[in-house]
Amino acid sequence: MKLTKTLVVFMISASLLSACSDDKKPISATDGSQNAANGIKDASASTSGLNNGAGLNAQGMPNGMNAGNAGDMSGSGEYNDPNSPQAKVVYFMLDSSEVQPDFVPVVIAHAQYLVANPSIHIILEGNSDERGSREYNVALGEQRASSVANMMKAHGVADSQLQTVSYGEEKPAAMGNDESAWEQNRRVEIVYTR
Amino acid sequence: MNFFKLIVVCAALGFSISSSHAELTIEITEGVESALPVAVVPFASQGAPVDLRSIINADLERSGYFKMMAEQGMASRPSTTAEVDFKNWQDLGQNYLVIGRVNPNGGQYNVEFQLFDVYKGGQLLGYQINSSAADLRKTAHTISDMIFEKLTGKKGVFSGRIAYITSNSLGHKKWTYQLQVADSDGMNPQTIATSNEPLMSPAWSPDGKQMAYVSFEKKKAAIYIQTLATGARTRVAEFPGINGAPAWSPDSTRLALTLSKDGSPDIYVLNLTTHALTKITNSSAIDTEPTWSPDGNNIVFTSGRGGKPQLYMASSQGGNEQRLTFTGDYNARASFSPDGKYLAMVHGNGNNYRIGVMDMATRAINVLTSGPTDESPSFAPNGSMILYASKKGGTGFLSAVSIDGKMQQKLVFNSGEVREPAWSPSP
Repeated sequence: MKLTKTLVVFMISASLLSACSDDKKPISATDGSQNAANGIKDASASTSGLNNGAGLNAQGMPNGMNAGNAGDMSGSGEYNDPNSPQAKVVYFMLDSSEVQPDFVPVVIAHAQYLVANPSIHIILEGNSDERGSREYNVALGEQRASSVANMMKAHGVADSQLQTVSYGEEKPAAMGNDESAWEQNRRVEIVYTR
Repeated sequence: MNFFKLIVVCAALGFSISSSHAELTIEITEGVESALPVAVVPFASQGAPVDLRSIINADLERSGYFKMMAEQGMASRPSTTAEVDFKNWQDLGQNYLVIGRVNPNGGQYNVEFQLFDVYKGGQLLGYQINSSAADLRKTAHTISDMIFEKLTGKKGVFSGRIAYITSNSLGHKKWTYQLQVADSDGMNPQTIATSNEPLMSPAWSPDGKQMAYVSFEKKKAAIYIQTLATGARTRVAEFPGINGAPAWSPDSTRLALTLSKDGSPDIYVLNLTTHALTKITNSSAIDTEPTWSPDGNNIVFTSGRGGKPQLYMASSQGGNEQRLTFTGDYNARASFSPDGKYLAMVHGNGNNYRIGVMDMATRAINVLTSGPTDESPSFAPNGSMILYASKKGGTGFLSAVSIDGKMQQKLVFNSGEVREPAWSPSP
């Protein structure tokens, strides 16, 4: 029932926007309503690039929804190898920041690797699905990252090896508006920084 | 609920100055049946680079209050009082008539317009405005505001601006994020910040001259305040963990925000002069998304302390916490109307997230939109409409709904996802 038509308009270039210079004069207003004649003060927005080129790299996550081989400790050097098959993502239930039993071995395996390699650092990046409000989702992602961090610390990882950040729903791993996308987006990515 | 559909005619605006062509599509999806018939005659113009009539016509039409007459149906095109035959416009079923003239005046333009009551045969409004060529669009929006206020008794919002975030995929899990500010009709979009890491939560200062927002440009969250006119900015919060959800106090002296530096996310108030930080909430659950009541006395926020996100209110000094919402699984991201009588929110049930508005006197929630992923409500400065973000088919766009839910409109940008709209305060 969309009986809508579209209005297509064209942008005039931003350079046209400049300081305003209006002055309004009533012309024979018969009802004497001449109130709206104040100058319009308006700060023109100016462009300011933030000059940030650094995108995330070293994120090569092996895209495994199951925790499959995570408990496999052989060849521990694989943990910080971007091409490693080791699971580097922990997935969560809706609205929950609790590490599910399936993923406990993943977290513990990374923790053991970090304990054995104290010069190695990671960032735990918390994320959420798209449902609900954006800042609440940042908080939810933060709690997920903290859950993983706390479990790692309980297994002996030093505070100084761990950083957390939450991107909420701003960096979805899967596009789409259904459960199959959402379950891939409720996650903490374990990112080795070196 | 008798709705009818307003039909927006396709209008080609005769810009000769610029060849750029970013497209904006505006769809008015529902309007009120009692819309007033108004005819805006093309302005007599000697070489003006902007078609003021089209802008005014589109503004008034978009408001949902008026049924605008198509140009083709006009039997005459008067541009002066002497040329107006009121009988002619009565026969065409019009209640109000707008005529105008645009004449070069030195390096500028002299814009004149008049609004007539067709049945009384008298002028309701008439003004002359001097405008530079660059300001002609702005002048058209000013005229729309004056006509709107005359006919409805409410302040127009066409001269205002909207801020919003866009994201565009660069492929392979990378995006570029932009914070943009555009006119109320989506025109003149200007990028005020760009990053390859998320930008979030734009918040206008009460005077409309500054914007607070969250940037992850250093791969962690920080809150910046940017002066729009100069682009200069200051980082005001960069604590460990979350630095989010900035909200200006009504007197501009403080910023409410969310920090998780002590563990769980809590609401704080940062004094922008002294940089003193006051902790407002202290729960072990998530507390975020603060918004100030317009009198500055209270802060409403979202908290997960009851298990699910719900809205709570605290004194802006801290303390006196009370829960506001009890219906629905999910109530979050509150935004006060300018008069403080209403609170808009994201209201979720199951997988359906819609915009609701609470009457603060009765605490009853009226759900205004149909979902399923509506978010980020922001009141127009006259309190009549709520701008919000929606998604359909993976595309994010902006919509607006009147606070009685009867009028709806949609702004679709031609590329990328648009979200987190924020309507500028009244000038």
